[in-house]
Amino acid sequence: MADTVRIVSTRTKPANDGISWTSPHRIVFLVVVALFVFYAATRMRWDWLPEYWPLALQGIWRTIWVLVLSVAIGFALAVPMGLVQVIGPRWLSWPAKLFCTIIRGTPLLLQLWLLYYGLGSLFPQIEGIRDSWMWPYLRQAWPYGLMALTLSFAGYEAEVMRGAFAGTPRGQLEAGRAYGMSPWKLFWRIWLPQAVQRALPTLGGETVLQLKATPLIATITMIDIYAVSSKVRQDTLLVYEPLILLALVYLVLTAIIVWAFRRLEARLPVKTAGGS
Amino acid sequence: MSQIASALQPMLALGTLELLSPWPPGWGGNLLRGLFNTLTIAFGAYAIGLVLGTLGASAKLYGGPVAKDIAEAYTTIIRAVPELVLILLLYYGGTSLINDVLASIGRAPVDISGIAAGIVVLGIVQGAYHTEVLRGAIMALPPGQIEAARAYGMSPWKTLRRVTLPGMLPYALPGLSNLWLVVTKDTALLAVVGFNELVLETRQAAGTTKAYFTFFMAAGALYLAITLISNFVLARIEYRTARGLPKVA
Repeated sequence: MADTVRIVSTRTKPANDGISWTSPHRIVFLVVVALFVFYAATRMRWDWLPEYWPLALQGIWRTIWVLVLSVAIGFALAVPMGLVQVIGPRWLSWPAKLFCTIIRGTPLLLQLWLLYYGLGSLFPQIEGIRDSWMWPYLRQAWPYGLMALTLSFAGYEAEVMRGAFAGTPRGQLEAGRAYGMSPWKLFWRIWLPQAVQRALPTLGGETVLQLKATPLIATITMIDIYAVSSKVRQDTLLVYEPLILLALVYLVLTAIIVWAFRRLEARLPVKTAGGS
Repeated sequence: MSQIASALQPMLALGTLELLSPWPPGWGGNLLRGLFNTLTIAFGAYAIGLVLGTLGASAKLYGGPVAKDIAEAYTTIIRAVPELVLILLLYYGGTSLINDVLASIGRAPVDISGIAAGIVVLGIVQGAYHTEVLRGAIMALPPGQIEAARAYGMSPWKTLRRVTLPGMLPYALPGLSNLWLVVTKDTALLAVVGFNELVLETRQAAGTTKAYFTFFMAAGALYLAITLISNFVLARIEYRTARGLPKVA
């Protein structure tokens, strides 16, 4: 092959501006943080923890599965919606564009309440629905929560994928066609992988945003970790402790997502075609 | 199909237009009041965010090691914790902290108004995102321009006003427009702490009249109108500030 392909890792070293953890002001910071942790551990009330621990674990688990499912299904919906906006006929691209505009133009809380209260109040009036297999699900809150989060993620990600599809170099697709690939194969082997790779850093950020959107489902009676913390606050009348712990849980979850996407990005090699 | 029509029947019987009319017994007035509150909070929070963002970006780019670390901690924590949790933490935690401090110095507790707390809380959240947008935009500015300003003997303040700010604006505007759209939607989160912005007004109207679908759709249309009008105006501003820059192909 004439053109050499350089494979470089995307992992870049964090910019080190010559300040290490042992420089004086960092030590002062660490002492302040340690003092705060010491104060929190000794002077704040944590006796409620053993009692609510199982509930909190359930809440974290619910937050995680709602996040994973909505991201997975939402992304699966976003790929075709992004694609039709690039190559689709107008009768497909126009509805996709409209969907994205509406999702991105209204608050998620409003969408959630529209689905839960609005649809939820319409469904029982449809005759025969109470006898159908869907009814046990439609009576619960989680299908509405999952649906709202999924549609919202799909709306935002369709826009990201549109950009990623449009940004794939034409030469890549032309080369695939020259090899005689069918459009289907071209899409799966060339276009989608390259678009996903291009969108991956954005998708990582969007997944963190999606995590931060999940506590909204607590407003429609789903008991996620946020709802558990609200319950603790109501039961014990404590102001700071449950909220600090809640913030800590989200910080850890965010760190895990960021780490996972960094691993994913590092695994995908970046090909930069060497000119010489 | 007829089933759906019959399901919609009671709503149509009430008269959607009468429900949405801005004069009682219609609930449109409540929605418009909510819209006004939403816009007030959005403008206020955006302004505070812009100030905090400018400070944060200056600290990250030009600050000493201490200022850099504080700015880094601020943006990291704010951007990793859900807005809803931050609102609760700053709203309840912040007000009770202020009153604790006031009590410890022997003053009477103050009652902090919902709208002021909402503006400050969302402003602090916005500030973290503004910091990153402005930092990126300043870094996109060719360093030679700032060096040239220094070579002319401009004071740092004059450099900022005459070179850095106007120069970085075309780079910052897309991010800043995005943040404006985000803040108009983030105001909805204040509904959870019981502040009467558009979503909570809508829910109260819907709960009273049982016409959930009508009212949530109407509120959605209002939000969409904000977004589309903002988009139009922001596109005009972006076009104006990008004069004289090479066109991106």
